[in-house]
Amino acid sequence: MKGNSWALKLSAGFGFLFLYAPIIALIVYSFNESKLVTVWGGWSIKWYVELFQNEQIMNAAWVSLKIAFISATLAAVLGTLAGFVLSRMGKFTGKTIMAGWVTAPLVMPEVITGLSLLLLFVAMESMFGWPAGRGTTTIVIAHTTFCLAYVAVVVQSRLASMDDTLEEAAMDLGAKPVSLFFLVTLPLIAPAILSGWLLSFTLSLDDLVIASFVSGPGNSTLPMVIFSKVRLGVTPEINALATLMILAVSIAVIAAIVIMRRQNRFQGP
Amino acid sequence: MMTTTASSDSTRLSVIQRLRQIRLGRWCVILIPMLWLAAFFFIPFLVVFKISLAEAMIAVPPYSPLIEWDPSNAYATLKVTFGNYLFLFESRFYLDAYLSSLRIAAVSTFFTLLIGFPIAYLIARSGPTQRTILLALVILPFWTSFLLRVYAWMALLKKNGLVNETLMAIGLIDQPLQILQTDFAVYLGIVYTYLPFMILPLYTTLEKMDMSLIEAAQDLGAKPWRAFCLVTLPLAKPGIIAGCLLVFIPAVGEFVIPALLGGSDTLMIGRVLWDEFFLNRDWPLASAVAIIMLIVLVGPIMFMRNGNKEAM
Repeated sequence: MKGNSWALKLSAGFGFLFLYAPIIALIVYSFNESKLVTVWGGWSIKWYVELFQNEQIMNAAWVSLKIAFISATLAAVLGTLAGFVLSRMGKFTGKTIMAGWVTAPLVMPEVITGLSLLLLFVAMESMFGWPAGRGTTTIVIAHTTFCLAYVAVVVQSRLASMDDTLEEAAMDLGAKPVSLFFLVTLPLIAPAILSGWLLSFTLSLDDLVIASFVSGPGNSTLPMVIFSKVRLGVTPEINALATLMILAVSIAVIAAIVIMRRQNRFQGP
Repeated sequence: MMTTTASSDSTRLSVIQRLRQIRLGRWCVILIPMLWLAAFFFIPFLVVFKISLAEAMIAVPPYSPLIEWDPSNAYATLKVTFGNYLFLFESRFYLDAYLSSLRIAAVSTFFTLLIGFPIAYLIARSGPTQRTILLALVILPFWTSFLLRVYAWMALLKKNGLVNETLMAIGLIDQPLQILQTDFAVYLGIVYTYLPFMILPLYTTLEKMDMSLIEAAQDLGAKPWRAFCLVTLPLAKPGIIAGCLLVFIPAVGEFVIPALLGGSDTLMIGRVLWDEFFLNRDWPLASAVAIIMLIVLVGPIMFMRNGNKEAM
């Protein structure tokens, strides 16, 4: 740590302050008694009570959790396959194209992804009659597609950094590819898949733009409800909701880091 | 160092070679993700392109069909119009929206780099325990809801929000400033929400950097600032490029930030596309807007792919 000048520490400290000040302000104001969000009226948990009594928010939260769970699971399966194919299958026709299709969704502006998927669903419905209308299914397909890319990248980088002597040894001992994958490779990349799943879950839970394009009437997800409320101004219930979500994510991230550190200690670098 | 890399490369090849020997199973495994991505990532763009050549109609779906079938003559006509594109190029409004999106994204990317670099550098130079904690502090906001983090700024920047109250309490201003619903708030929002995307790739390259090179430069008499410009910056270039692209490309099409923090005059193309689609229900025009945005962004996206290949 010596040699880090005070200027560096000061500017980094400013950066961290910038990252955390809004979040801390949000949490503090969620306990504010006053209806006027910016006037301090003493500590209170009344907005949390109101939040849980708000049926619209609770329904939307349930819809979002369901969609996030299914999308993250599908994305974990497909993304693991994609990552595995890209790093362990050698060269094949179309590999460059597939690599492009895996990375591009990471940066593609959401409005483009959302619009293009909606138009696809409309075209598919008029051609094949499926998906009939838009709702949970179409949101799940859309979320799976962009989450898949994140899982593939995480799995691919884990496979690339991983020594394959264990896979080599299993093959020398006569493991067939399928059992090689399920008995050797899969357990080794399980932490990467798990973090990919968690990332997908939070990304799906958070997505406003793509879901707005591909959802149908009566299928509002949580971000869609939040957006419609927040557009009109700051509301104390949303502060409470945000605090709960931040708390849940913080616990998950800290737990993940602790688990990863423990595993690294066992497996070596 | 060289020999270990070489040997692990050769063993990797042999696992790959052996996996290549199974033909049918191999293609099944390749085709599952490939077909999914083709169906739900690639083909949609073709559909968008097709609809951008149609005309808006009051119908379900609200655009004219590409091929019109005349049953009386058993005769099909291809109906293609470039009217949407012509309209985009002729109208000052859309051109301005594209240019202002590019400008807002570029300026925000620059400031993200400016704030992100010292953080990444500090983390890369910290001890192991401190490094884990600092990294966790960067990753945590990245995992929390994007929408809610943008929302957090609304409360801070309001007329009677914390920022204005603080500035007035210090006595810097007498009247609350209009910060929310300005371009400044949009810049702030983008820098804030995309900061982790800049820090993480920067950290990855800076971590690999050999610190003795800087010491060498300083031993040879370079001032710290000069050593930074001549040694650190060139070595960090891959991380800088990756971070900038990860921020710039999605920022160009950003919708949530200008919608919540920007004013009615904050022109960004993502918002224009949203309004064309949801308010005007002009699907063909929205498609044309998307196609032009894709053409603008395809260069940076390809560039990012190539950069990735080098990094791996």
